[in-house]
Amino acid sequence: MIIQGLTFYMFAFIAIAAGVMVVSAKNPVHSVLFLILAFFNSAGLFVLMGAEFLAMLLVVVYVGAVAVLFMFVVMMLDINFVELRQGFLKYLPVGAVAGLVLVVELIVVVGGWHLSPEALKTAASPIPENVTNTHALGAIIYTDYIFLFQAAGMVLLIAMIGAIVLTHRKRSGVKKQRIADQLARKPEDTLEIIDVESGRGI
Amino acid sequence: MTEIPNMVPVIPEIFVAVIGMALLMLGVFQKAADDATEVKTAHLVSRLGMISLVLTMMLVATVAGSTFNTFSGMFVSDPFAVYFKILILFASALTLAISHNYMENQGIARFEYTVLVIFATLGMMIMISASNLMSLYLGLEMQSLSLYVIATFNRDDERSTEAGLKYFVLGAVASGMLLYGSSLVYGFSGTTDFQMLGNMFDGDHAPDASLGLIVGIVFILAGLSFKVSAVPFHMWTPDVYEGAPTPVTAFFSVGPKIAAIALFIRVMVGPFGDLVQHWQQIIVLISVASMLLGAFAAINQTNIKRMMAYSSIGHVGYALIGLVVANEAGVRGIMIYMAVYLFMNIGAFACILTMRRAGRMVEKISDLSGLSKTHPMVAAALAIFMFSMAGIPPLAGFFSKLYIFFAAVESGFFALAIIGVLSSVVGAFYYLRIIKVVYFDPPDETLDTPIDRNLGYVIFGTALIVVLFFAFPGIIIDGASAAAAAMFTK
Amino acid sequence: MDEILLEYLPILIFLGIAIVIAGICVGASYVVAQQRPDVAKTSAYECGFDAFDDARRQFDVRFYLVAILFIIFDLEIAFLFPWAISLGDIGLYGFWSMMVFLGVLTIGFIYEWRKGALEWE
Repeated sequence: MIIQGLTFYMFAFIAIAAGVMVVSAKNPVHSVLFLILAFFNSAGLFVLMGAEFLAMLLVVVYVGAVAVLFMFVVMMLDINFVELRQGFLKYLPVGAVAGLVLVVELIVVVGGWHLSPEALKTAASPIPENVTNTHALGAIIYTDYIFLFQAAGMVLLIAMIGAIVLTHRKRSGVKKQRIADQLARKPEDTLEIIDVESGRGI
Repeated sequence: MTEIPNMVPVIPEIFVAVIGMALLMLGVFQKAADDATEVKTAHLVSRLGMISLVLTMMLVATVAGSTFNTFSGMFVSDPFAVYFKILILFASALTLAISHNYMENQGIARFEYTVLVIFATLGMMIMISASNLMSLYLGLEMQSLSLYVIATFNRDDERSTEAGLKYFVLGAVASGMLLYGSSLVYGFSGTTDFQMLGNMFDGDHAPDASLGLIVGIVFILAGLSFKVSAVPFHMWTPDVYEGAPTPVTAFFSVGPKIAAIALFIRVMVGPFGDLVQHWQQIIVLISVASMLLGAFAAINQTNIKRMMAYSSIGHVGYALIGLVVANEAGVRGIMIYMAVYLFMNIGAFACILTMRRAGRMVEKISDLSGLSKTHPMVAAALAIFMFSMAGIPPLAGFFSKLYIFFAAVESGFFALAIIGVLSSVVGAFYYLRIIKVVYFDPPDETLDTPIDRNLGYVIFGTALIVVLFFAFPGIIIDGASAAAAAMFTK
Repeated sequence: MDEILLEYLPILIFLGIAIVIAGICVGASYVVAQQRPDVAKTSAYECGFDAFDDARRQFDVRFYLVAILFIIFDLEIAFLFPWAISLGDIGLYGFWSMMVFLGVLTIGFIYEWRKGALEWE
């Protein structure tokens, strides 16, 4: 129990610190690296809660793909950080007010929080006892929530089409090998045997 | 073992999805030799897309009249959903009709445009039939993702990419707020299903709504208001409408807006209907602000697409009056308003698409001068649409506003109705100014004369509907009344 | 819950050891090494000259397209994991639901193959 408490505080503290560093780091590549740290610590928090599939997804998808994408963008764009930071002081008061409003809202919400007995009754699926988290999720996603599952598939398809529509360019003047054509070449198409008379040319 | 859910109500959605994928395969398996074949492929796919959307309309009409609740509560098909689905299918089909000519002229005619419009329509249909916060979100994202891409479709044009980027970034933030609100609602009630949420606050349990739930509802409202482009979440609308390709703007102003209003009504009246005293003030504020901004901000605009953006913000404000009263008359008013708005707007944008000079599109209001001499029919149609948008009888726009204001007055919201009428008067200024420019300003450079045939058909058809609405209102009004009644029987 | 967490204890220990070793490696250089930075020593090397320009080159957008397509198929795999584990419980209905999902994504795959998005010159 004490290890659980300690690890929770460690993960939570590092996650928040990494989040703050994402926003305030000077170099954008450092920002992305701190974001990756925040993702890892969130995955740790998910494991502590017992949602191990979600933790794995966070690491595989977020860190493995999304953070890589961030890294590409940050490296692709030559972000001049000094220029970006120019307007910081000008917008600070408005940003601070918005942040303050959100914090007050959060405190009010969390402060008045009490677990209502009806909430647990209306839970959609009971937490299963002796199967792993992943197994339990798998048992309901493809059957009870099939509508959402297929809709998610369509969203992924749209993302694929969108990515190609926006970024794919046909390059002209590209020479490519066509193996099938190369293999289908017959000697008659390439060689011509000419009988040369002696003393004459072709 | 779970039993297989009832797939009959979902047949229109499955049909649209299959058609989208089939058209995608058709388009990609053409011998893409050069640009000419690409344009021909795009044209073929566009035609097939239009036909299949009309077929889908007929499929949707076959499930009209009864209520189905399927996929363990995720999907609902009631007369309310059927009415709005037919409207958005009209919107998508008309958009495809007016798009091809423009796309070909700008050099961006590709078949993916039709496929993306069809997938956006699929997302809208899922949104309208959503009966759970999760399917709401999935439908919303499906629609939004397709729209982000087609907003940027003219990817070599700076304004188009800017429009797409702005729409994407702000839309993602709004979706994030919506999700946060949904998670708060789930956390404080234990369910995401609309039926169960509605039953929770039935009768004498209403005072139990905890603060967290209210905050969650506020966040959901914020996210939805963005999609509907209601003030104060309207910032993206003028820039995105101005930068996106014009037929895409036409689609934005009708399809997603109608679907989002349908969603707004369903979410507010369904699960949170009994908490109405909590969110009514917010909607009053949003509605008044939208009407006023739409009326005053459009006065200074010189770009016609930007003016139409502010005009659509204003129209959303009027529609939301119907949501404030949150009863059957109000919802019926919104539904009639949206149907009329659909035809007025598509017609107006079709007229805007005829504004071409020496092959290039022009967008300033002053470019319309002299239209009455060169294109008398288009000028007459544009005049009809502008009069209708201003709310002048006996055109359709007047009747739609009438129903909304009646609903407000019947429930005692006199101030709202008065503000609505006054901002209508202010707004009439810029609509009438367009008519003045068309008919009374001396022409300095004329627009190209032969207009595309499809544009001609669409302009003629929508103008006819707008003019004849007062003679044959039954189709729309009866449908709306039946659908609104279905919304309020629990 | 504690049994699940007990299974992850080795990972936690591993994490701890990794942090300690990494910390030693980096900290040792601060403690042991002589650090006397100099303008010439810390500037970028460009064959002895002062740096002409930024080291960045224009990034080809093809990398980005490949990364996006990777994410999409990665998510498909993420959906496949629970399905594989629980296929016994969900039977034929669950099987066909996953097949439809895979079919949708295969259509996307055919699209991107035919468009040439997977070509790399």
